[in-house]
Amino acid sequence: MPTFVYMTRCDGCGQCVDICPSDIMHIDTTVRRAYNIEPNMCWECYSCVKACPHNAIDVRGYADFAPLGHSVRVRRDEEKGVIAWRIIFRNGKKDMNLLAPITTKPWGQGIPQLADAPAPSQEMRDSQLLFNEPKYIRLDEGDLHTLESNGLKMKEGVYY
Amino acid sequence: MAYKTIIEDDIDILVAGAGLGGTGAAFEARYWGKDKKIVIAEKANIDRSGAVAQGLYAINCYMGTRFGENNPEDHVRYARIDLMGMVREDLLFDMARHVDSTVHQFEEWGLPLMRNPKTGAYQREGRWQIMIHGESYKPIVAEAAKKSADKVFNRICLTHLLMDESRSNRVAGAVGFNVRTGNYHVFKSKAVIVAAGGASNIYKPRSVGEGAGRVWYAPWSSGSAYGLLIGAGAKMTQMENRIVLARFKDGYGPVGAYFLHLKTYTQNGVGEEYESKWWPQLQEMVGKEYLDPELSHRTHRPIPTCLRNHALISEVNAGRGPIHMVTMEAFQDPHLEEIGWHNFLGMTVGQAVLWAATDVDPKNENPELTTSEPYVMGSHATGCGAWCSGPEDISPPEYFWGYNRMTTVEGLFGAGDAAGGTPHAFSSGSFTEGRLAAKAACKYIDDGKAEGIRVSDEQIDRRREEIYKPLEHYRIYRNEITAGSVNPNYINPRQGLDRLQKLMDEYCGGVTVSYMTNEKLLNIGLKKMKLLEEDLEKLAAEDIHELLRAWELKHRHLTSEAVMHHTLFRKETRWPGYYYRGDCLKLDDENWHVLTVSRRDPETGEYTMEKAPCYHLVEAKEEAQEAAPEEA
Repeated sequence: MPTFVYMTRCDGCGQCVDICPSDIMHIDTTVRRAYNIEPNMCWECYSCVKACPHNAIDVRGYADFAPLGHSVRVRRDEEKGVIAWRIIFRNGKKDMNLLAPITTKPWGQGIPQLADAPAPSQEMRDSQLLFNEPKYIRLDEGDLHTLESNGLKMKEGVYY
Repeated sequence: MAYKTIIEDDIDILVAGAGLGGTGAAFEARYWGKDKKIVIAEKANIDRSGAVAQGLYAINCYMGTRFGENNPEDHVRYARIDLMGMVREDLLFDMARHVDSTVHQFEEWGLPLMRNPKTGAYQREGRWQIMIHGESYKPIVAEAAKKSADKVFNRICLTHLLMDESRSNRVAGAVGFNVRTGNYHVFKSKAVIVAAGGASNIYKPRSVGEGAGRVWYAPWSSGSAYGLLIGAGAKMTQMENRIVLARFKDGYGPVGAYFLHLKTYTQNGVGEEYESKWWPQLQEMVGKEYLDPELSHRTHRPIPTCLRNHALISEVNAGRGPIHMVTMEAFQDPHLEEIGWHNFLGMTVGQAVLWAATDVDPKNENPELTTSEPYVMGSHATGCGAWCSGPEDISPPEYFWGYNRMTTVEGLFGAGDAAGGTPHAFSSGSFTEGRLAAKAACKYIDDGKAEGIRVSDEQIDRRREEIYKPLEHYRIYRNEITAGSVNPNYINPRQGLDRLQKLMDEYCGGVTVSYMTNEKLLNIGLKKMKLLEEDLEKLAAEDIHELLRAWELKHRHLTSEAVMHHTLFRKETRWPGYYYRGDCLKLDDENWHVLTVSRRDPETGEYTMEKAPCYHLVEAKEEAQEAAPEEA
């Protein structure tokens, strides 16, 4: 469903323009507000809907197969770490509220700064290991799997 | 034109495209290259770009060795049978042995992975899939990449790779333009990791009009992974191995959680199980080795996805459609019902919108399924992409040339959709491939392999002229007509895309021909493809946004041409249900148990095709036993 923008709510801030993965949210130069310039390249990914600070963007199902009169709205809150959805059916008989976590940590704080991590040894460089390995593979003392450790061989031919 | 030329010099590692593969590459590169200059060029905004932009509700590739669940070789065997034998098992084993360390870090970074309350292990959806609350999957991995990179250039559409002029077949960076300012960007780099996207929208979609955006793979996945690599003369593999998805009709909502976790199942229009009746005929086409329902039942070896598609397509063509997903049983459980909806909201909101619009409550009615138009990509359940070197401790000589995930162009690496022969990597595996490519790229530089690179101003200027040509073309010819989009001197990107989609659909096994093609059709298709290529020289772009679409179309065209050549080369029907070669409808292991490898000469545009051996992982013990009698 391509997105559309409510005239009275949009203030032309451009957050949607900044985030749209398809480069289709642009600012109309006459009304100085955002709009979807290419609905048939819209994936309904809701990135712009979630990013809009004024809840000015909504979605109307694709005209070629979706009848009018439905609603799927969303609010994403990074501080609380949750996303809240509300789905209303065309016939009004179903009205669902769904809530899901989006993170378990304060935003961005659980991620290491690899520039500050101790530099890898030459032995590590010459090995097949990646950062945090072998520890993080199984969170035990075990090593990386190899053909040898797993009793395997690469063989040319037809095997199923 | 007044666009500036902005040169970013002295880059060590340029990451081309920052989806899951690219973010993994940028993150890991910092560890192995503390003092290296790491730069990301991304077509959109790294916080919401790539195939995972809207989120995911599952991580589809996790071994769980830590919980005693699977070993890497188990996953290799699974991918092998699902792809009818045609995979790079060295790359698959390598990805699988590292992927859990990626997932464990994701959890530490704040990605909510669900846990099984009874076992404490991650909540399994299926044998390989774990369930997550992944709405912010992409912003989280983007944070990791941003922390590692020196610079992130958002809104840069890369069009070409730069090539070294002191040594042939060595990469030297990339060029592109900013889709907002229009400025020309030059990235001079010692190594490049291509982690751009696979190709949606190269086949005519089932939808029309607005709905053309509701493709299964993201509409911004413009085949740039392949356009960049093919354009640089890198060898490609398995480009014929397109994928067709059986999904909820129109919305293309995912079915994985429905089948595996909610235990829903399919039936035909009259309420019957239909798959098994197609097995005998299908077994004749592919052989018992690939389709053995009894064995599958006994050992839980999966029936290859393409073959299940074949049953669905055949049943519908026999007049017993539509195929329904039986949800009415599972959805009586309110907990499972909630999961069913969350599953869509987490990764395909459009399906929820469609059901709301059409009042489809899966508790009270069984929704329709259908098969999609084909897609060309290399990270989901198919393995198109570059012919890459494997790791030295696993790969046989034919698969190894020094650096893990390096393509046949020196210093040019691939990850995610760009790396060929590695299906079933999905999000976590793509990120892992990026990490592997990054470590190898650092080593490539540290080994002194990137010394003495030379890029002339002539090369930079030539590309600049080429990039802006569609704008120039529009400017020159626009006023020859009064108004509108019909012009005898040019076509616009949408018109070109429509032509490409129609051509691929009708000649290369699209949805309107029930995925059927043959040698005659492919040869006609290739001829028309050449004419399209000539017309793409006359593409016209009215503004910078259209220039973006113009270059996406050129990448899609290069991708499509490779798909046609590969499809023509492989004279068998390896994946019934994905496509059929009507002139050779059987699987032919005697001649075609090989990987297909192509190269397009960047100077002449000529294709050369070759077969590469297909190695499999076998038990070393069995091997010894097999060999013993011969020795005796």
